[in-house]
Amino acid sequence: MIEFSDVDFDYPQGQPALRDINLSIKTGELVAILGGNGAGKSTLVRHINGLLKPTRGTVTVFGNNTRKASVAEISRRVGIVFQSPDHQLFAETVEKEIDFALRNFGTSLQFRHERIRDVLDFFDLQKYRSSSPLKLSSGEKKRLSIASIMAWKPDILILDEPTVGQDAFQQDKLKELVGLWTDEGKTVVIVSHDLEFLWGLVPRLIILSDGSLVADGKTEEILMKEELIQGESLHKPQLLDLAVMLRGTPPYHSFQNASDAAKWILKSRE
Amino acid sequence: MPAIVFDRYGFTYAGATKPSLEEISLTIEEGETVLLAGSSGSGKSTLLRSLNGLIPHMYHGKTLGRVNVNGFDVSTTSPTELATKIGFLFQNPENQIFMFSVRRDVAFGPENLGLPQEQIRNRVEEALTLMNITDLADRAPHELSEGQKQRVALAGVLAMKPKILVLDEPLSLLDPKTAVMLVEFLTEIKRRMPLTLLIVEHRLELLANLLDRMVVLHQGRILGDGPLRDVIASDEIRPAGVRIPAIVRLRAMLEKNGLRFDSSPISTGELVVQLGDLDVD
Repeated sequence: MIEFSDVDFDYPQGQPALRDINLSIKTGELVAILGGNGAGKSTLVRHINGLLKPTRGTVTVFGNNTRKASVAEISRRVGIVFQSPDHQLFAETVEKEIDFALRNFGTSLQFRHERIRDVLDFFDLQKYRSSSPLKLSSGEKKRLSIASIMAWKPDILILDEPTVGQDAFQQDKLKELVGLWTDEGKTVVIVSHDLEFLWGLVPRLIILSDGSLVADGKTEEILMKEELIQGESLHKPQLLDLAVMLRGTPPYHSFQNASDAAKWILKSRE
Repeated sequence: MPAIVFDRYGFTYAGATKPSLEEISLTIEEGETVLLAGSSGSGKSTLLRSLNGLIPHMYHGKTLGRVNVNGFDVSTTSPTELATKIGFLFQNPENQIFMFSVRRDVAFGPENLGLPQEQIRNRVEEALTLMNITDLADRAPHELSEGQKQRVALAGVLAMKPKILVLDEPLSLLDPKTAVMLVEFLTEIKRRMPLTLLIVEHRLELLANLLDRMVVLHQGRILGDGPLRDVIASDEIRPAGVRIPAIVRLRAMLEKNGLRFDSSPISTGELVVQLGDLDVD
């Protein structure tokens, strides 16, 4: 339902940012995109909501070619939370920030009130309802930017570096949110460097390097490719590293969380 | 002489009903590397602002106790004077890079100290060399990658020759490769200069070997303070929302099931070594 076919993208000054991208993400999938600073991750996700159009090739979202559809049409179904919340927040109050898209999409007053209340509760922002977004801390601004997208329930949610500035409680909430979204059959694309956060959450990884797609597959399989992870300076998450040290190279059902690892270790010592 | 002393320090912003910091007593010795952790709203930003003089000189409010940086009382020392003792690297390097070339940007601080030209040149060259960015000296900062920008920002801070360096989430915007490079740079700088480091960071898996000590703030008070491995493993800091590495959580689960560890492993390798030689209750 998200399809990249032979996509190249050059910035107006001519520098190439994406090269020969072929990629398919199905409805309801949860994927993470990784790669170094400047690898083209943010450029790639901006093609999904039509903010950028490919220089060559095509991007289709729910069957619509993004070059032909307007950004307004696509953005109704694709929500993107940018890396820097300052690029996204502009309303006078937290409440108005969340209400902005809901009002633009013409939803009913009752629906708007309910959604605003729900997301303020979920992200622990109720106390800032009438405050200016500019007065929030950077972590709170990030939560508000996610809340304002979550409010209108887009079919595809794109989170660009969602864990930056978030404490453990908020990171757990983010995982909960991602789980809720995928349980409802929605698609989630996460751009992140934070493999400890992604491990046990995201079943598929896509790795970009210098604008090209260099790996796409199951998280564990990708992270077991030594040459690839060394080339990209990725590190194995602690629990995968531990599984390899204790049990050798997969295939086996590796530790998805600390509880899995504890059970295996205790059983092996019986 | 300690690098930083908070002596029963408290601060309430003008117009606020609750203090942001209460009864903070904390001494950081010269050369220590300390992780400052806590959730948003815990008082971390207020504590940092109390070090570089933004509190009380720019942000006003009610202050209790005192803060000393390198022996200077912050309340009676100007932020300009404090900038020669304590350097800050902010989360987003774009907030502190603004000149048209890397060299000019690194020179900005020393120029503002009114130093002689030769000294400025020496300081700039030294900082560029230390950060391994001499080849970028004539480039425009906005053309650089995130990692390069961060090194430029750090060179600008080091050119002020601070004795204390504060890094606010330095890894959060960096890819793994650049993050590892920054940690290696900091380790190298520590080896060559007697710097005191105070680091705010959530991704502490990467920093574990650099850190001596961890201080946890929660609701404006100190909830934990001690060697990193002891503090991160203690149940007392759980309310503070600190992200606990998977290995530390695993060790706690194993202990609940009767395994006893001699020390608190924080990396996979440390845990595996200890698992090889464990007593069972």
